Amino acid sequence: MKRRNLLKLPMAAAALSLMAGAGFAQDEEGAVIGVSIPSATHGFMGGLNWHAQDTIDRLGETYPNIEFVLSTAGDAASQVADIEDMLATRNIDGLVVLPFESEPLTDPVKMVKEQGKFVTVVDRGLAEEGIEDLYVAGDNTAFGRVAGEYFRDNLDAGAKIVVLRGIPTTLDNERVEAFEAALEGSDKEILDMQHGNWNRDDAFNVMQDYLAKYPEIDAVWAADDDMAIGVLEAIAQAGREEEMVVVGGAGMKDIVKRIMDGDPQLPVNVTYPPALISSAIEMTALNFTSSAPMTGRYIIGSQLITPENAEQFYFPDSPF
Amino acid sequence: MKRIDLHVLGPLIALIALFILGALLNPAFLAPANLSNVLARSAFIGLIAVGMTFVITQGGLDLSVGSMAAFLAGITIMAMNALAGFTGENWGTILLGMGVALAGGAAAGFVNGALITKARIEAFIVTLGTMGIFRSLVTWLADGGTLSLDSGLRSIYRPVYYGGIGWITWPIIIFAIVAVLGEWVMRHTRFGRHVEAIGSNDRVARYSAVDVERVRLMTYVLLGALVGLATILYVPRLGSASGSTGVLWELEAIAAVIIGGTALKGGRGRVWGTVVGVLILSMIDNILNLTDLVSPYLNGAIQGVIIVLAVILQREKRAAE
Repeated sequence: MKRRNLLKLPMAAAALSLMAGAGFAQDEEGAVIGVSIPSATHGFMGGLNWHAQDTIDRLGETYPNIEFVLSTAGDAASQVADIEDMLATRNIDGLVVLPFESEPLTDPVKMVKEQGKFVTVVDRGLAEEGIEDLYVAGDNTAFGRVAGEYFRDNLDAGAKIVVLRGIPTTLDNERVEAFEAALEGSDKEILDMQHGNWNRDDAFNVMQDYLAKYPEIDAVWAADDDMAIGVLEAIAQAGREEEMVVVGGAGMKDIVKRIMDGDPQLPVNVTYPPALISSAIEMTALNFTSSAPMTGRYIIGSQLITPENAEQFYFPDSPF
Repeated sequence: MKRIDLHVLGPLIALIALFILGALLNPAFLAPANLSNVLARSAFIGLIAVGMTFVITQGGLDLSVGSMAAFLAGITIMAMNALAGFTGENWGTILLGMGVALAGGAAAGFVNGALITKARIEAFIVTLGTMGIFRSLVTWLADGGTLSLDSGLRSIYRPVYYGGIGWITWPIIIFAIVAVLGEWVMRHTRFGRHVEAIGSNDRVARYSAVDVERVRLMTYVLLGALVGLATILYVPRLGSASGSTGVLWELEAIAAVIIGGTALKGGRGRVWGTVVGVLILSMIDNILNLTDLVSPYLNGAIQGVIIVLAVILQREKRAAE
């Protein structure tokens, strides 16, 4: 939420200069943690931004000694600039970064590390291994595998599946490969895979075309709940709700609600929680406030949301 | 005369070729449901592109239309959700929401136009700025998530996108009416002639007692109102707006205008060509999804090639002039 940050910036700058003027020496326990994430241009990132802000507000009260600097960037270049600013003007002790793209962010983050700061990388890895102290991510392989296994075990023999892929990225490839691997050797058939770009409108168009192209479809893997919304709308328009089930992903609250209510069209969902940013921020804060070891890799599993357990994945206040 | 006609018909020939190709590759292409889908999808970009034809013909440009559509969809949804508390879930509320979209669009167009004509800032710069402003505003209003229309209003509003006369749905009908009106205005009204005159040579137009600034401003207001109209048709489709609504619509609209034979430097506008351009763009998309001709990674490349080819078909005409 850049807007909130923007309002705080002038005040923070004024406060900083006052402190500097007064020869302010930081408390030994105190630390400044920079958080750099992509801006909220898509449902999942919107949720991630909300969780980041929420966590920072909460931790700010729990640990008064720790100060957080949050910035959101619309592209890789401005994210690099954000991180440089954090180093130059805010003197951060730790950095939590969700790289917009892996390659361009690798060197700037490496520089932060070389200055002896604690670095946490979230979700999308860097292009070079061993830079970060802590890596927190969802499990993309499991995200595809769990959906694939659900289809393998629950669809009728000979069932026909269509797939909507995300934006062409390695992350999308990992998911789709795991999905295909889970279905391999089973009697289910994947009819088609096209890119819906994690976008409602694109998914709507692609699904309309699938419906025109294939008279028989038994299941749709939309691989993201934003796309699932577009898919459901296209199916409703064609009046084919009874024929197929839709499995999205990431646990959007509207979808989770419908699973909770036992919607036959939406039997399950696979988690890829936007709240993973909370885990990352919280663990980074713990590094400065406790003696517990916080380095290593922390992979958050992808779980199957079913009508039975849906309630624990329902966050009515989140925008996602 | 014959030779020139061929060039004018370039985009139309490209469209017919695509149509035949689509029918040969997959019989499902010609099904009324598929054609209805493709035409209805084209309506958003189509309405915007008709307005863009006027702006480009007078020598201007508007990069903000995609963001503007997202922003208008956002405030329309918020307005209707808020109004439903007072006026109830009925057509009245939806008509008020439509009013918000149209008035908001015209106002946004006026702001763009006023900054360009009164403050004399380059159109490219003004609309690049407002593009960022509108996009941020909708993300901010949605708190980073998605703005959704209340489900009661949704079910009343839904037929505006999905309903119609047989398989000819309302978006198709409205697009057709606006296209015919647009062509008429460009060809047969004083406003249309002034737009072309300004685009050819604004100084000569000024000496000929044309109120250049006013006509320029009007083209942006017209475009804004058409973006509002597109929003009215867009909102009932998915009932939502977010930061990723309408991304790159501005480029699609500009591409459609240029494919249709309107000169990017202004002076010659062709609304029916724009309509053909829009149809070419959405038909390529549809055909690529219906067939497994190429890897989905290459879809963008195929579209790029066809856009360039369609423009090459007209280049000779310009050279002959």
